[in-house]
Amino acid sequence: MIYSFGKYILLLRLSFKKPEKFSVYWAEVMREMVSVGIGSLGIISIISIFIGAATTIQVAFQLSSPLVPNSIAGSIARDSTILEFSPTISSLVLAGRVGSSIASQIGTMRVTEQIDALEIMGVNAPGYLIAPKIIAGMTMVPLLVIASIALGITGGWIACTLSGDISPSDYIAGVQGGFNGLTVRVAMVKAIVFGFIIASICAYQGFYTSGGALEVGQSATRGVVYSCVMILFADLVITRLML
Amino acid sequence: MIEAKDIYKTFGENEVLKGISAKFAPGKNNLIIGGSGSGKTTLLKCIVGLHEPTKGQVYFNDENFTEMDFTQRVPIRTEIGMLFQNSALFDSMTVEENVMFPLNLFTQKSKAEKVERANFCLERVNLAGKNKLYPSELSGGMKKRVGIARAISMQPKYLFVDEPNSGLDPKTSILIDELISELTQEYQITTVVVTHDMNSVMGIGDHIVFLHNGQKWWEGSNHEIAKTDNKELNEFVFASKFMQAAKDKL
Repeated sequence: MIYSFGKYILLLRLSFKKPEKFSVYWAEVMREMVSVGIGSLGIISIISIFIGAATTIQVAFQLSSPLVPNSIAGSIARDSTILEFSPTISSLVLAGRVGSSIASQIGTMRVTEQIDALEIMGVNAPGYLIAPKIIAGMTMVPLLVIASIALGITGGWIACTLSGDISPSDYIAGVQGGFNGLTVRVAMVKAIVFGFIIASICAYQGFYTSGGALEVGQSATRGVVYSCVMILFADLVITRLML
Repeated sequence: MIEAKDIYKTFGENEVLKGISAKFAPGKNNLIIGGSGSGKTTLLKCIVGLHEPTKGQVYFNDENFTEMDFTQRVPIRTEIGMLFQNSALFDSMTVEENVMFPLNLFTQKSKAEKVERANFCLERVNLAGKNKLYPSELSGGMKKRVGIARAISMQPKYLFVDEPNSGLDPKTSILIDELISELTQEYQITTVVVTHDMNSVMGIGDHIVFLHNGQKWWEGSNHEIAKTDNKELNEFVFASKFMQAAKDKL
């Protein structure tokens, strides 16, 4: 495990060496941003709306007491969405969608000698292949999380409107009341860290693939599993440190 | 001129190369041949720096390549072109983008100049007009030719070719061999080809290094190969009855 961690750190160091030509790397960063950001928007939108709606209904059900104001369901749904559901659940989904794609793409390049071809040309393969993906992960995951927060809260409002468990006006009052900006800062820190974890761990797994199609699949699976575990661990650490 | 001096390579307990020395001259088709597992590809990868030799040195025009770090190797690497066994084209790029890739990274040419150079290289390998196709749309022979076009796009001094004939029909194989040979002589490139294709050996083998059990077993030209009494080489080259009969007629 220490050996693998050392290899991971060395790979990261190589990834951020000075690029051969900035414009070529910049184009690659843009391409990865589109792939990670725009490519994941659909799935993130769907899960965010449904999780926001389900959370609101469950909170409304659990707090159905004459002693508790109905608007509290909106506050709890908002904070849960900002602090936990949007950054963590979205990142777990992104680990599956983006992470497996990164690991299998780089793994396939390794087993088909495309990485060797880059090295023969004198290209710093980790820098060309991995750094753009990490930069894209660390910039696009926070943007996706912001979209997820907005859609999650909207999902809660839709649930209120359709189910009638609490009135939409109570829900909106709850969402607007007692907002603490720290929750958004925590969510953004989590999103940046999770973006880094997904891209770097999956890229590492792909980069050191050896063998053939079977091993590429195994690398992708390992990348997703390790990313998910590390996301949950980092979630705990950031929550403990910042709240 | 490329010189490999006393190259050893070990993977774990398995010693694949056992002290191989060879010189590869410019303008000649230098062939490394041998049976499966004899260490041909490992030797090639040691020469180009994809594997670090356990012991021994590789010199490119008297510069010790083995002792250099990644950054020091870059100027030599920009003078190297390599065709891989499976072509190793970048799947996400078109044929033109593949050929232009090294030009984009290592030259200051304008886009028009790069496109012109890519077109020239593609014409040279008889693939004019295929610029916008993706590797998945090409046949095996076309992929090899795009690989050659990419390898020569930077006007290399050294060309390395790993199993250029694998998976190709005999006619296409001969075309690829002829193309490699023409480029070698036209640009006076130092070409090193790893192969076990007998048509290549007899057709273009100006200088042949035969490996057996990780050692250099024989060295000579395609004219000398028919006359050799080296048992292992004879068993390798003239393994089929057809080849044996051809040898007997000589």
